Amino acid sequence: MLRDKLPLFRNLAVSAALLLAPMAALAGGGEKQGKLVHVADTRGLDGINLHWADLYNTNRLLFTLEAVLITAVMGYLLGLLMDLLVGAIGLDLGKQKNRE
Amino acid sequence: MLEFLEVTLPISGVAVNILLLIILGVAVGVLGGFFGMGGAWMVTPALNIFGFPMPFAVGTDLCHMAGKSIISTRRHAKFGNVDMKLGLTMLLFDVIGIEIGARLVMWLEGLGLAGPVIRWVYVIFLFLIGCLIFYDFFKKIAMDRKGGGSVESEGSALRWHEALHKIRIPPMVTFHAAGVECSMWLPAIVGLCVGVLAGFLGIGGGLLMMPALVYLIGCPTYVAVGTDLFTVMLAGFYGAFTYGMKGRIELLAVLIMLAGAAPGAQIGTIATKYIRGYGIRLMFGCTVVCALISVIMKQFRMNQAASWVVMSAVSIMTLFVIVGMFKGAIRELREKRLSA
Repeated sequence: MLRDKLPLFRNLAVSAALLLAPMAALAGGGEKQGKLVHVADTRGLDGINLHWADLYNTNRLLFTLEAVLITAVMGYLLGLLMDLLVGAIGLDLGKQKNRE
Repeated sequence: MLEFLEVTLPISGVAVNILLLIILGVAVGVLGGFFGMGGAWMVTPALNIFGFPMPFAVGTDLCHMAGKSIISTRRHAKFGNVDMKLGLTMLLFDVIGIEIGARLVMWLEGLGLAGPVIRWVYVIFLFLIGCLIFYDFFKKIAMDRKGGGSVESEGSALRWHEALHKIRIPPMVTFHAAGVECSMWLPAIVGLCVGVLAGFLGIGGGLLMMPALVYLIGCPTYVAVGTDLFTVMLAGFYGAFTYGMKGRIELLAVLIMLAGAAPGAQIGTIATKYIRGYGIRLMFGCTVVCALISVIMKQFRMNQAASWVVMSAVSIMTLFVIVGMFKGAIRELREKRLSA
């Protein structure tokens, strides 16, 4: 008889655990709900910082594209510069042999 | 002290010391180029310790990692360590995984649980990776003692990839630079799992991808490092885009860290020429343990102590790699001079 009810008890226990889990997590030190929509404070900013903050607030797609593009260009240029510097020292920067 | 180097970042409004960001950039450049990863395991917690809210730390880190990985990937490609076909196969599924992971973070942020949940997943994940690397290392020592060889003889002591290569579900593919022939589904599934964790933890996936390439795919350590950096770079750009659209990137911090990461990445990548594959993996295990300790401390609000653990571990490892690189470079230049 009791064995027939086991799936019901199990389902109830799982449902209760799922309902209580977020509360337990909050009680265990969860942080307060953060701001989902963030707005950059442009007061006191000037130059490029003001440009980025304005772009961030007004056109998120353009801000993102600018961020990705600037990062890629700067990474490439810095890599090129470093290659020139290391090459000038005289190290062999050709194919590496495999040694485990 | 050094208050004059403090700037208020325009998007998040966080006040941070430029010198700290540059030092973090150098260290992450050195260790990232050396281990073949983005270095998010130290950047995300470090930025969080510096005062960045966790979603901003994740987004900023992904963007910086993309730029820094360009430098390391170019160098590794010249060394012949990048298997682009393997990298692109994994990346396709990695990207899908990253999007799933990023959406999970936004959902948790809505619940106000993003910080603690991300940190605890970090802890479990770092613990497992650390255990795997040390288990492999000590098993290898035991095997070499039995066989009378040396630790550096060849390959990994764990042979999981051999079992996985026996699963021959079509289409079968050959990755020439890695010297691997397997079902296309193997790198695809590994890539997807890495992607979900990468998007969730705000990492390019290197911390998981490097051991996955060695232990599951069967790559030599150097090809794993180079291929990993290639995927980290592309995944980092995708991650930067998606976090940028969600408004969680601090561009000024990205550029400051990148200025430090450029020389660092070059040093770290060249150091792989002089330090053996098993040495790289053992150091990787040590850094994982330090990252694990710091994240646990942070969870128990021991922020000051956690930042000391991160900074000490990063400094020691960075110094070790820099010294290894310079010793190797001096030896190489001396040999060249003698043979000339």
